[in-house]
Amino acid sequence: MFELLGIPPQALFGQLLLGLINGAFYALLSLGLAVIFGLLNIINFAHGAQYMMGAFVAWMLLNYLNVGYWWALLLAPIVVGITGVIIERTMLKHLYKLDHLYGLLLTFGLALIIEGLFRNYYGSSGQPYQIPAELTGGRNLGFMFLPNYRAWIVVSSLAICLVTWYVIERTKLGSYLRAATENATLVRAFGVNVPRMITLTYGFGVGLAALAGVLAAPVQNVSPQMGSSLIIIVFAVVVIGGMGSIMGSILTGFGLGVIEGLTKVFYPEASNTVIFIIMAIVLLIKPAGLFGRAT
Amino acid sequence: MKAIRTIGIAAAATLAAGVANAQISDDVVRIGVLSDMSSLYADIGGPGSVAAARMAVEDSGIEKNGIKVEVIGADHQNKPDVGASVARQWYDVEKVDVILDTPNSAVALAVNQVTREKNKVFINSGAASSDLTGKQCSPNTVHWTYDTWMLANGTGSAIVKTGGDTWFFLTSDYAFGHALERDTEAVVVKNGGKVLGKVRHPLNTQDFSSFLLQAQASKAKIIGLANAGGDTINSIKQAAEFGIVQAGQNLAGLLVFLSDVHSLGLKTAQGLILTESWYWDLNDQTRAFAKKFAPKNGGKYPTMVQAGVYAGTLHYLKAVQALKSDTDGSKVVAKMKETPTDDPLFGKGTIRQDGRKVHPAYLFEVKKPNESKGPYDYYKVRATIPADQAFRPVDQGQCSLVKG
Repeated sequence: MFELLGIPPQALFGQLLLGLINGAFYALLSLGLAVIFGLLNIINFAHGAQYMMGAFVAWMLLNYLNVGYWWALLLAPIVVGITGVIIERTMLKHLYKLDHLYGLLLTFGLALIIEGLFRNYYGSSGQPYQIPAELTGGRNLGFMFLPNYRAWIVVSSLAICLVTWYVIERTKLGSYLRAATENATLVRAFGVNVPRMITLTYGFGVGLAALAGVLAAPVQNVSPQMGSSLIIIVFAVVVIGGMGSIMGSILTGFGLGVIEGLTKVFYPEASNTVIFIIMAIVLLIKPAGLFGRAT
Repeated sequence: MKAIRTIGIAAAATLAAGVANAQISDDVVRIGVLSDMSSLYADIGGPGSVAAARMAVEDSGIEKNGIKVEVIGADHQNKPDVGASVARQWYDVEKVDVILDTPNSAVALAVNQVTREKNKVFINSGAASSDLTGKQCSPNTVHWTYDTWMLANGTGSAIVKTGGDTWFFLTSDYAFGHALERDTEAVVVKNGGKVLGKVRHPLNTQDFSSFLLQAQASKAKIIGLANAGGDTINSIKQAAEFGIVQAGQNLAGLLVFLSDVHSLGLKTAQGLILTESWYWDLNDQTRAFAKKFAPKNGGKYPTMVQAGVYAGTLHYLKAVQALKSDTDGSKVVAKMKETPTDDPLFGKGTIRQDGRKVHPAYLFEVKKPNESKGPYDYYKVRATIPADQAFRPVDQGQCSLVKG
C-alpha cells in the first residue's frame, strides 16, 4: 500500500470528504454574505448572530411548540428572515448612501446585542438538539464511515447554493436585482419597486444564514457564541472569493473546506490559521479576490 | 434638639461598630467573585458563583455578629491581563479582601501572583491547573474544588484498570490542555497502559470530525478528551454522529461539568465516565443546597465550581470571625489551614500546607435517558476516591511552602 507523506490513502480520502462537508457550511454562509454585499453593499457582520438565531429558533420550535427538524428547516429561516426585514426597514436603509464602515459598525453592534440577549436568557453552555430519526446512522464507504446527516448537509447546501446562483445570475428577477445595484434610479424608472426588492434580498440573505444554523444544530453545540467564531472564517472565505461574487464564494467555500481538512491531518495546530494565511496571500497577489472584478 | 439626638445616636452607632470591627479593614469584608461572566465558562462559574457566595454569607450568620460583608462580581473575559488588572483595582481602590472562583488557569495564575504581592486572599474554585498548589503555590492561595491531577488520576486510572489500556488524546492546544494531557498520560503509563497517539486542536474548534477520524484510525480503545467547555461538547456530539462508540471505542471526558452534560442531553452523553469532586445529588444536604440555589441561578443547578465557591466563602468567613480581622491575607489563609473544614457540601476536610483543599472525588457515569428522573438527574456514582488518594501527594508538587 502506498503512502502519501506518511498518511494512508484511506485516511486522505476521508479527510478530503470531510473537508467538502465543512466547505458546504462555509459556502452556504458566505453565499448569504455575498448576496447581501453584492446587492446591498452592506457588510453584514450580524451574519454569525443570525446563523446562531437559526439554530436557536429550531431548538425553540422543538422545545416550546414540539415542531421537529423538517418544519424547522422551513420555519426558522422565515422567522429569522422576518427579523432581518425589520432590521433592514428600520435601520439599514438609512445607511446605503454612507460609507461601508457604517453598515459594518451597525451590524457588528447588532450582533453583540443579539448574542448578549441570548446569553442572558439561555446561558452560555448551549442546548441539546438531536439528529432527526430519518438521518441517524451512516454507511461505510470502505475508506471511512459517513454519517447520513453529513451526506445530507453536503447535498442540501450544494442544491441551495446552485439554486441561488441560478436565480441571481440566470433569471429575470435576478437580472432586476443586478440592474438595481448598478443603477437603482434607472430601474425604478421602469416601474420596479427597488426598495422592496432590496428589503427582501436582505431577508433572503439572513434566511440563508438561519438555514445554515438549522443544518448545524444537530452536529454542533447550540450556544449563543456558536456564530461568532465561525463568522470570521466565513468573512475570510468571502474576501478570498471576491466580495460580492456569488459563484466565487461557493467555490471558495468548498475549496477552503478541503484545504482546512488537509491541514487537520498534516499540521492540526494550524487548522484555524490556514484560511487566514491564504487570505493574506490572495490579498497581496489579487486584491479583488480570486473571482472578484477589480473596480 | 431632635437633630442633636440624631447625631448622638449616629455617633454612638459608629463608635459601637468601630469597636466591634476593630480590625476589619474599613469595616466591611469585601468578597470579589472574579469569573467568566459572559463566555464559555459562564455557566460553570459566572453569575452562579456570585449567587453561591451571597448564599454563603447569608448562611454563615456572620452579619448577626456585627461584621458587614459585601459581595461583588466582575468579568475577566478569559484574559490574564484583564483578570490581573481587575484584581489590582479591587485590592487597591475598592478594598476587596478576598477573590473567589476564577476559572481559566491562565487568569488564575495571574491573580495568584497579584494576591500574593498585595497580601490578600485568593480562594480558587474554577481553575484546573495543579500548578496553583505546585510550582506556583502561595501562602495567600487556597485551591478548593479540583485540579488537573485529580481529574487525570480519577478518570485515567479507573479506565485503565477496567481494561481501557490504549489511549488517543484530543487535546486543546493551550496550557490547560497540555497539562491535562501530560498528567493523564502519566497516569495511563503508570497503570500499564499505552498512548497510541494524540492530536492538538485549536481552542474553540467547530468541527472535530477530522480529528475523530484520526482517533478512529489509531484503533485506541479510549479517546481521551483533554479539552473543556464547547470543545468537549462538540467532540462528544460529533463522536456520537460518527458512531465512534458503537464501533467499540470509548470516550473519556477528562474535564466535564454538569452544565456540559445538560447541553449534550443524555441521549448523546450517556455512558460517559468523568470525575468531579461534587454533585448536587450526593446526600440530603447537597440536595437542599441545590433546591435553594437553582431559583437564584435561572433554574440551573449548581456545578462543582459553584459549590466550591460556596464552601470556600463559608470557611473564609469562619477564619475571619475567629481572627476578628481580615487585614493580613496570609494570616487568614494560615488560619484557614489550621482549622479543619466542615461545610454542608463537601463535609469534613482539611487544607494542606500547599493550599490544596482535600476532600473525596467521585467517578461518575452519565445515566441513560430512561434512568433519569428529570432535568439534572444525570450522574450515578461508579466509585468514590478517598480524600487521601484524590489529590497529588503533598511532597510531589514541588511547592516551596512544603517543608521536606
